[in-house]
Amino acid sequence: MRGMSPVVQVIARLLAGLLFLFGTYIVMHGHLTPGGGFAGGVLVAAAFILMSLAFGSVEHTERNSYTLSSVVESLGGVLFVCLALAGYVAVAYFFQNAATYGTGTPLKLISGGMILPANIAIGIKVGAGLFAVFLALGASRFVMKD
Amino acid sequence: MDARFVPLFVIIPLASAFLIPLFAKLWQRSADLIANAVGAVLAGLSVYGALSLFTGSQVLVYRLGGWHPSLGITLAYDHLTALVVLAVNIVGLCALLFAVRYLDHYTGRWKFYALFMLILVGLNGVSVTGDMFNLFVFTEIAAVSSYALVAFGTDFDELEAGFKYMVIGEIGGAAILLAIALLYAKASTLNMAVVSQVMAGFGRTPLFWLIVAMFLVGFAIKMAMVPFHAWLPDAHPSAPAPVSALLSGVFIKVLGVYAMSRVMFNVFGLSRANAAGFFNLLIGFGVLSIVAGGLLAYAQKDYKRLLAYSSISQIGYILIGLGIGNYWGIVGALFHILAHALGKGLLFLTAGSVEHATGTRDLDRLSGLEKRMPATAWSYLLGSLSLAGVPPFAGFFSKFFIIVGALSADMYWLAILAALFSTVTLGYLVKVANRAFFARRDREPTAAREAPAVMVVAMLGLLVLTIVLGVGFKPVVDRLVGPAANVLLQGLGYAQGILGM
Repeated sequence: MRGMSPVVQVIARLLAGLLFLFGTYIVMHGHLTPGGGFAGGVLVAAAFILMSLAFGSVEHTERNSYTLSSVVESLGGVLFVCLALAGYVAVAYFFQNAATYGTGTPLKLISGGMILPANIAIGIKVGAGLFAVFLALGASRFVMKD
Repeated sequence: MDARFVPLFVIIPLASAFLIPLFAKLWQRSADLIANAVGAVLAGLSVYGALSLFTGSQVLVYRLGGWHPSLGITLAYDHLTALVVLAVNIVGLCALLFAVRYLDHYTGRWKFYALFMLILVGLNGVSVTGDMFNLFVFTEIAAVSSYALVAFGTDFDELEAGFKYMVIGEIGGAAILLAIALLYAKASTLNMAVVSQVMAGFGRTPLFWLIVAMFLVGFAIKMAMVPFHAWLPDAHPSAPAPVSALLSGVFIKVLGVYAMSRVMFNVFGLSRANAAGFFNLLIGFGVLSIVAGGLLAYAQKDYKRLLAYSSISQIGYILIGLGIGNYWGIVGALFHILAHALGKGLLFLTAGSVEHATGTRDLDRLSGLEKRMPATAWSYLLGSLSLAGVPPFAGFFSKFFIIVGALSADMYWLAILAALFSTVTLGYLVKVANRAFFARRDREPTAAREAPAVMVVAMLGLLVLTIVLGVGFKPVVDRLVGPAANVLLQGLGYAQGILGM
């Protein structure tokens, strides 16, 4: 992919950090405010997509990003299944909130038991997954070869 | 009885679908090992599940997250579920075993296994779930993975078939989703047991029949009954053979037949006594599928395409069994789910074996393979006898029960038609045997070598099970299929089993 003009690049560099921060915020506060792992993960992926559109990339970096993001995506999935299994093993039921029952307490980040780590796992999976989808669509001409 | 094993049917393949890509980065062949180990564990678990119902309990209920049924998702494991799960995981195991060598001429081995595991997640999930929306989600998990697997070869034909399958399949998915939305608007809950209690007090208004019709269209597309079958003859032959075996063997039955009968019988409480029109409609579609599928199968020159049309025709038998709606009709339909899963799974594996050895599926270019590939040839011959309904194989008993059901419901013409068209089944299956396996006077035998040992083991495994199911039909009917038919016949009584805990 070719990069875009310096104007776009400067603005994208300013925005990407904010987008990433905002995405992380949405992921982390999923149990307190609207949003959660999926919505935040999409924002995080958008930050990466913005950067790669603005600055462009060459084949080998795209390949590496694709490999890395698919690995991270799988790790997010494994993490989520492990969290769900924790409820199965530690208490009784799959997906049971193993740490504490109850919803989040407003303004307290560490509350709601397993909802926060589960949201983080979903955020990782969605963020990396969407970015991998973007790379696969944009770069299918060489990614599909292996 | 402890129901703690029930969610494992979903957890194990789901976790492995994420683990396979990770381990495959370290060592390519680890995907074979993980997938086959998971297949074996799931098959063992499904046998354990079926056995655990023998002790007398009617239904095992598992509450996800510990929530009450009206709030959370429940998983239910009764005889009908046990039957379907058994078919899914046994065919799945044999297909995975077959895939180890079959995938030699494909790239991206781990992608295949990861997607295959997701199909198993979807099929097992649909079988065990007791929640409407959950049913839809698992349907789509299985469907989306199958779209990708149909296009796995990435040639023009395969991509075209995958795209066509995706478009038509999603129309079905949208119909199911719309029906669920209407149902939710009416019942304010998505738990099947609670919904069925609400629906019991809900008159047979036009809205009720609209919901039933939307479900019927959605599931009809998933099960590929005529005239909703257009995607199947392209999709099933295009997929790699192990996937074809799973798609034709169990996929269309779990997502179509099982899900439809669960919703119609147990959630809406339809029965021959209170909705004769609906059941006559099922018989009508069933007859159409048998006739059209059977006659179209005759005309095919492609090994796998012929088998795909045959699947449409056999789905017709299951439909008329359900449509007859009495005990023997439903027993026949459910027994045919098992018999056809094993038989058609086996036939698609032999097609894969022939394609692996000769590089073609064109019946006009094959000849005399029986000498070179005896195991494949005999697996095909015996498997096709079972499908055609020759005693003592499994397929005979399912058709026999359906005919008994038709006779006891005084539907003589249906019994005659079912018997007549099993000769048509035999006819098109013999066509493959004649062209591909027996020597032909006008042409040299095709050069080929017998399939690798793993593939032969997978085929023989399904063959042995077909024979065992046929010879030992009595205990299977008494312990598993009969109680499963009673699950459907009890209609709304299903809710008491789930909520009475």
